[in-house]
Amino acid sequence: MSDESFYRELILDHYKNPRSHGVLEPADATAEGQNPLCGDEVSVYVRFDGDVISDISFEGRGCAISQAATSMLTEIVKGRTASDVATMPKDELLDEIGIPLTPIRLKCAILGLGVLKVALHKAKGTPLPDEWRGVDGDDLTIG
Amino acid sequence: MAVTQAAKLDAQKLRADFAVFDDLANGKPVAYLDSASSTQKPRQVLDAMREFYEHSYANVHRGVYTLAENATAGYEGAREKVRAYINAPSTREVIFTRSATEALNLVAYAWGLENLEPGDVVVITELEHHANFVPWQFIAKKTGAEFAHIPIDDLGELQLDALDGIAARGNVKVVANNLVSNTLGTINPVEKLAAWAHEQGAIMVVDAAQAAPHKKIDVQALGCDFLAFSSHKLCGPSGVGALWGRRELLEGMQPFNFGGEMIRSVSLERTSWNELPYKFEAGTPAIAEAYGFGVALDYVSEVGLDAIEAHEHELVVQTMDALAEIEGVRVFGPPADRRTGIVSFELENVHPHDVAQILNWENVAVRAGHHCTQPLMTRLGVAATTRASFYLYSIPDDIDRLITGLRKVKETFGV
Repeated sequence: MSDESFYRELILDHYKNPRSHGVLEPADATAEGQNPLCGDEVSVYVRFDGDVISDISFEGRGCAISQAATSMLTEIVKGRTASDVATMPKDELLDEIGIPLTPIRLKCAILGLGVLKVALHKAKGTPLPDEWRGVDGDDLTIG
Repeated sequence: MAVTQAAKLDAQKLRADFAVFDDLANGKPVAYLDSASSTQKPRQVLDAMREFYEHSYANVHRGVYTLAENATAGYEGAREKVRAYINAPSTREVIFTRSATEALNLVAYAWGLENLEPGDVVVITELEHHANFVPWQFIAKKTGAEFAHIPIDDLGELQLDALDGIAARGNVKVVANNLVSNTLGTINPVEKLAAWAHEQGAIMVVDAAQAAPHKKIDVQALGCDFLAFSSHKLCGPSGVGALWGRRELLEGMQPFNFGGEMIRSVSLERTSWNELPYKFEAGTPAIAEAYGFGVALDYVSEVGLDAIEAHEHELVVQTMDALAEIEGVRVFGPPADRRTGIVSFELENVHPHDVAQILNWENVAVRAGHHCTQPLMTRLGVAATTRASFYLYSIPDDIDRLITGLRKVKETFGV
């Protein structure tokens, strides 16, 4: 049950000192999303140079896993093309996070990736991730 | 509130009824502090349900054979127990549902859709559970009625001075409120709201999911028109809840679900509805679960609601006192004497999910999240809280372990 290495130094460092944190203005693409289980929130801002993500930032509030994972994500995707990131398997991010996650915590970890893919979808028409399809309440969280 | 010295309950003794506390990790049972979400189940309920399934089970209201008669007697006996538990005038007014949520949806759909129109106002509160919020928001939007909320003050208590302003906005037709807030434990002034609702010509809909396990409920004294609660929060099985409604209102409503059981006669041309309460119980119900619900009501009543309330009050005082000693902790909600056994708090600079994760290493089970009360979270200015909640089997040691766990959280996060 106990896993002291869960909050390993790398995660706490990204949580306390998030990379690429803040609002990019103007941005070519933005999206925001929430994790309905625990209220984690992430907004991402992207600038493109052609199809390449030239700059990215994020804002949000939530658990250490959701915020640290999004911070790590910004480092992974900068300089890659939108279509490459849109099809990026979540394992690439999970390997970077490097700790075993229960299904509930997995949702925290991939929130930022999903929101980024929504932003790319809106700007470049790349496919939406499965977990964001059919999300159309009165007030779209992917609006 | 009734914290006078009624019969005291012996939590340590009651724990023998709950097998989960026999499971030890590092020599300790789980410190289960999530009873507001769902309670553990005593052997009495589980044994009774097994016995029912093994020796008294058949579908209800159909067969003329002995087993079917026994099953029906068990099911209808549970309805009488629900009636007595909330002091309803008649079992005809007691409808078994899948949950408190379904009961509230039943009222929103079957009453709201038919009776609301533009110019009407539906009133909910800022601390409503989504189950008594989203159905009304949806039905208000569908019917063109206005959707208004009663705000709360900084202690999480309803600001009733807002009522006049709300009444000025149109014809108030529905007032919906939880008797106890599932997030803050606030005990809401439902009697006052019901009286105000009736002055406006509105119905009063009470979500008692979080109140029924912890304090005595009397629908006639509350003066409400509908009241919903569930079995699983008071030691009963999940999958069954109850709706009480005033007979004249229920009689005037169309059914919510259609199918078997809820009809009187069906032809190619037309169908007529069954009498109350069966008009609202389409399909085979959760028979054994309803039976178990009744046994759970017996169990809780035998322990005694006054004793439960007093026991939880002691635990709340212990928790709030201990949390006040920890730097960086902010407790939400009213003082201990105006709440039931729920304490929501935040630890500065650590998200509740991370708090709960580290507490789990200590085998302390708390809830972290928005507790299905996102408008309330917005009002409090947080995304989520950590919530410790108690029941008749909770003991002071559970809280000691919570506090020890919180110190470990602070150490891990360096706050």
